[in-house]
Amino acid sequence: MSKTIWVLVELENGQPARSSLEVLGKAAQLGSAEAIVLGSNAAAVAPTLGEYGAEKVYIHADPVYDTYLTLPAVDTVSELLKQHQPALLLLATTYDLRDIAARLNARNNMGLITDATDLQFEGDTLQVTVPWGGENIVTAAFPEQGTGIVLTRPKAFGLERQEGKTAGVETISPSLNAASQQIKILDRVEVQSEGPSLEDASVVVSGGRGLGKAENFHLIEELAAALGGAPGATRAIVDAGWLPYSYQVGQTGKTVKPTLYIACGISGAIQHLAGMKGSKYIVAINKDEHAPIFSVVDLGVVGDVLTILPQLTTEVKKRKAQ
Amino acid sequence: MKMYVCIKQIPDPNTVVSKLDPNTRRLVRSGVSLVLDPGDESTISAAISLRDTIGNSELTAVSMGPTSTQEAMRRALAMGADRAVLVTDPALAGSDALSTARVLAAVLKKEEPDLVFCSTESTDGYTGMVPGGIAEFLGLPQLTFAREITIEGQKAVIKRVTQTGYQTVESQLPAVITIASGSFEAIYPTMKGIMGAKKKPFTQLSLADLGIDASEVGEAGARERVMAIGKVEARAAGQVIKDDGSAAQAIADFLQRYQLL
Repeated sequence: MSKTIWVLVELENGQPARSSLEVLGKAAQLGSAEAIVLGSNAAAVAPTLGEYGAEKVYIHADPVYDTYLTLPAVDTVSELLKQHQPALLLLATTYDLRDIAARLNARNNMGLITDATDLQFEGDTLQVTVPWGGENIVTAAFPEQGTGIVLTRPKAFGLERQEGKTAGVETISPSLNAASQQIKILDRVEVQSEGPSLEDASVVVSGGRGLGKAENFHLIEELAAALGGAPGATRAIVDAGWLPYSYQVGQTGKTVKPTLYIACGISGAIQHLAGMKGSKYIVAINKDEHAPIFSVVDLGVVGDVLTILPQLTTEVKKRKAQ
Repeated sequence: MKMYVCIKQIPDPNTVVSKLDPNTRRLVRSGVSLVLDPGDESTISAAISLRDTIGNSELTAVSMGPTSTQEAMRRALAMGADRAVLVTDPALAGSDALSTARVLAAVLKKEEPDLVFCSTESTDGYTGMVPGGIAEFLGLPQLTFAREITIEGQKAVIKRVTQTGYQTVESQLPAVITIASGSFEAIYPTMKGIMGAKKKPFTQLSLADLGIDASEVGEAGARERVMAIGKVEARAAGQVIKDDGSAAQAIADFLQRYQLL
């Protein structure tokens, strides 16, 4: 019998997040995908969710989910879990869904696997693929009966759209608990950055400790701008306070898969490699010829980023102008 | 206010490649240098600065781990935390995120906290599932991915990092707050701090002290199992050259060859 896989769909400005649609496509490959969508625009997006793989969509079109983080969604999914026993709850790894997953796991004693890059059923047992460090791939499973939660790594799956495919819709009316309306969003601020976003850029130029100091990061920004790409950073320099968290590429930050990734002054810590190894072409500049980054490059340069970066930016501009 | 910060000791992420033991299927901790998670240094610093701003408050570091964790906790005390509580018990080995949250929540429940701080995630496991679990077990709201925190009376207001910017989010206290990495500069312990840390109260608890059954935690209580450990396929090695002054040209040639310009 086909397994039922639930996907909690995140809405961004009232529309399904791309990451949720990717996960929905994977769920449809694994079994019978059912989406749960919560928020004032929930009903309007149900047809879209059908096209991206949902056979059924549970909707609760209430604005409480737009204003109050985490707790109302945890209440509603927990209530649904009392009525149905899906084989799996599959979630994209995003800020909001991670918060929801952590509480669902604790409230319902579920079992949870994070950072999955693939999943498959072997008979009744779900096998979850999780990269660990740079060397290993772990296969994990839930030994107990009951619904488990799996959070998937960003960009692990592509979009699967079947135009015209429709989903059955079930409108649910869970009781909303006033005590769960505690974490209130007062204000949303979008920070406009020039050029493409880190996740969507086809070229990413990232800097690490080898830049020496925060003031040298402009060299990264200038090369990124010349190539029409986005600047990124390692956790080390984000932790050091040089740049905000939004710049971080790596297992904990953003996973990027650009056509071209240029790593500048980055040694290649495992956590960073995890976030960029999927890039099509990788170029690295680093002083230390033994730096682990050189094991994943297409072209590596042993040299000083502070010397080479300005030369490269000039050269790129010159050749682009020709 | 009664303030708490949950911390973790991990293999030094700057010197070791984390390895899995093929027999126990756990993280290898022997023969590697263990440090206070660098992310926690930033979180502890945020908590210390709030404690000092609010005044008349106490900050306690809480952790779960083997006895070696004492060292990481001493560092938290040297940075400025007022006291430390460590849960250590052989039965805790192999605990998953949920069990870890259960144990830390059991400590915190007895303490009746006003504010609990955690890093968004640890630098070794990266699950990021412990703080939300603690909040759920304590029945408290969680304010997550904070890069700025303001306490106004019995309310906390944070700037919460999002994919595209930030949100301003508020909640009543008590609450659990998680700190986005890199948002607060880490305090370096002074010699005076290091000496003073030795005199600060340090409590060590076992599972029995918390009334938790060994079967609920550790490997026995884990809801996930590692079935197999495999090797990643290595990417074919590319060309590595030494800069002789023409590296910028070489890179530009490479970009042109693959139509990346």
